[in-house]
Amino acid sequence: MPDLLAEGGRQLLLGNEAITRGLIEAGVGFASTYPGTPSSEVGNILEKISSDAGMYFEFSTNEKVAMEVSAAAASSGVRSFVFMKHVGLNVAADPMMTLAYAGVRGGMLIMSADDPSCHSSQNEQDNRYYSTLALLPMMEPSTPQEAKDMVKEAYRVSEELSLPLIFRTTTRVNHARGVVEMGQKAEAKKVGHFDKDVARFVNIPAYAKQNRVRLLDLYAKAQELSEKSPLNFTEGSGDVGIITSGVSYTYVREFVKGASILKLGFTNPLPEKKIADFIKGKKSIIVVEELEPFVEDQVLRICAQNGLSVPVYGKRSGHLPRQWEFSPDTLSGIRKLVEVEEFKQPLPKVTVQLPSRPPTLCAGCPHRGMFAAAKKAAGSSDVIYCSDIGCYTLGVQPPFQAADFIICMGGGAGAAGGFAQSTDQKAIAFMGDSTFFHAGIPPMINALFNNHKVVIVVLDNRTTAMTGHQPNPGTGRDFGGVSTDAIDIKSLVEGVGVKFVREINPYDVKAATKVMKDALDFDGVAVVISKCPCPLELKKQKQLVIRAVDVDQDKCVKCYNCVRTIACPALFKKEGAITTDPTQCIGCGMCANVCPTGAIEVRK
Amino acid sequence: MKYTVQIVGVGGQGVLLASMVLGNAAMEQGYKVVMSEVHGMAQRGGSVLSTLRFGDDVISPLEAAGSADLIMGFEPAETCRNLPLGNKDTVVLMNLDPVLPSMVAAGFEEYPDIESLTGAVSAVNKNLYTLDATKIAIEAGKAVAANAVMIGAVAAMKGFPIPKDALLKSLMDQVPEKFRDLNVKAFEMGYSAMSS
Repeated sequence: MPDLLAEGGRQLLLGNEAITRGLIEAGVGFASTYPGTPSSEVGNILEKISSDAGMYFEFSTNEKVAMEVSAAAASSGVRSFVFMKHVGLNVAADPMMTLAYAGVRGGMLIMSADDPSCHSSQNEQDNRYYSTLALLPMMEPSTPQEAKDMVKEAYRVSEELSLPLIFRTTTRVNHARGVVEMGQKAEAKKVGHFDKDVARFVNIPAYAKQNRVRLLDLYAKAQELSEKSPLNFTEGSGDVGIITSGVSYTYVREFVKGASILKLGFTNPLPEKKIADFIKGKKSIIVVEELEPFVEDQVLRICAQNGLSVPVYGKRSGHLPRQWEFSPDTLSGIRKLVEVEEFKQPLPKVTVQLPSRPPTLCAGCPHRGMFAAAKKAAGSSDVIYCSDIGCYTLGVQPPFQAADFIICMGGGAGAAGGFAQSTDQKAIAFMGDSTFFHAGIPPMINALFNNHKVVIVVLDNRTTAMTGHQPNPGTGRDFGGVSTDAIDIKSLVEGVGVKFVREINPYDVKAATKVMKDALDFDGVAVVISKCPCPLELKKQKQLVIRAVDVDQDKCVKCYNCVRTIACPALFKKEGAITTDPTQCIGCGMCANVCPTGAIEVRK
Repeated sequence: MKYTVQIVGVGGQGVLLASMVLGNAAMEQGYKVVMSEVHGMAQRGGSVLSTLRFGDDVISPLEAAGSADLIMGFEPAETCRNLPLGNKDTVVLMNLDPVLPSMVAAGFEEYPDIESLTGAVSAVNKNLYTLDATKIAIEAGKAVAANAVMIGAVAAMKGFPIPKDALLKSLMDQVPEKFRDLNVKAFEMGYSAMSS
């Protein structure tokens, strides 16, 4: 494990580790997040080291709240850092848009970790547009070292402008690793004071109207800072000019020969004069950036406004793709325009039929039991399975196929209400415990309020599992010198007036099936809470009790109900016989529970 | 000098740890190092790929297809799946012990014969080296040490730019104290297996 509190030296750091070190070197006193890949490691590290770094850190209930708490800290003069994955910024966009009008006093960075190629996301939206939408300054690092150093510069700029700054990364920056030289650590200011200023911080229409003008003035000032910024620099020489930013810069830098490069790190507002000067006298310009033509379209405008008739190539010209992340191979698209290193001829794909290996629910994952119970209870009736964002998204795969509609955090329960109202089909919504607190409560109340007949299943595995086991309000908090009680989901659901509330153990698939039948028959909102801790989390806490499982081959009637309904990776079907893999099996007993002949036995 | 290792396997096999061991060793040798890792959802038993590049002047965290100098395959099917990362001269190190995907385990899909997988590689590449890394690790004490066996095997490869003692030191730095002996043993067994 790297030591992010080290006094100096160099370490091989993940982008997210380098960014975290940057916070320590910038004296950040307050940080908040809702976990989301590719930003998650920052929170996991801060959970461990924030106290020692003299920083307050929290996992907020969702990104919107994370934005609000960090906004308050920065408005009180404390440097704050709010971070999330790209889609998280959609949730946090509401406070951000008006926070821009008020601005901040201490520096505030909003890290948006975008995910081109959707490695672990439901879309690949390009959040750079949020900077132009909100009129906020934006910076984008290319490497871990630059990311660490840029954090400090970003705080300086944020304070000079008294505006929050969008720090935009992508997966290949967050999850790249490189050698990082450590700088000086700074003393964190953890406590500030909020000096009231109603005209600035209370955006009623009369004030908002004026603050819009103030923001435009600050935006013009940001433009000047961008022009002067050392983060926007040129290197190389040649009559072909390449304008690039983010990780794309690393591909250009290493594999393109004989071109002038304008590397942009301060990417909103763009340094328009610097760009115009760069373009002047060039034979052609190529803009190399991932996802949308964010820089490219502005370069085209800058050319038009400056009367420059230099051809601009990129996405609009069809040389570079708009979808998916880039790699060195992507540069083949501009080979006709500039010299690109020749790559070796890749070996062909093998012709042997390879088995698929999608990510899958773990051995002994309680979600398996709940999906099996829901499917069994639904039988042949026409049910729409509305799922959500978390490990249980993997329920889309066979044999469960328990996901028909997934859009966003909390979206499953909201959609279930809509389906229940607008179709003759039944709707079951699955959501995790962390998702329940994040955005699952309003749609549950909406269903009650509007009398939608839905079944909401809360898969309470006592952690935010998918992103690396962060605590959530349902688990309580115990780090950084703060301890809080867990919030009980059942009491909360009963408290808002849900009449059908049942807690079940998903390892007891038979009992869970019966409860799900009752829930589907219930005339109203039914909430079923599947309570079982994530085995991976138990393993981390050294609390996982593993029990051995025996399969009695004489009793086994080879109905394969176990593999068809639970499909646990610890269950093996070899030459017709069912066995378990002792290296994977935890002895949860789900397969034994669905075995009709009692052939599978969990040893006591 | 530039050298690229593509490490492929299945979530949970220790691909990330292996890349950290090689990466730190490369850094200690004075090379520039860049890596790219897969985190998050893909780690749930899915295919994983970690790219490690080091040399005098590397900055890109990804490598072009076909340009790997070494493919370190922790699992036979994953090695074959990722073969286009290499070219005819790439060294391919393949652990022959499979990790069965859940759909294979449940009997819904077939896992090919290991011979057909090694055959598919050697038909197009003459630098295939194989070993039973998982079996060797079990012999050393625990299956999870298969990554140390693989690193030991890499240390024995002719032409690999980082010396054996630097790799071993890096491995010892990266693993917890109580697993050090196990890992050193596994590393040495991997080294021997590849040397013989």
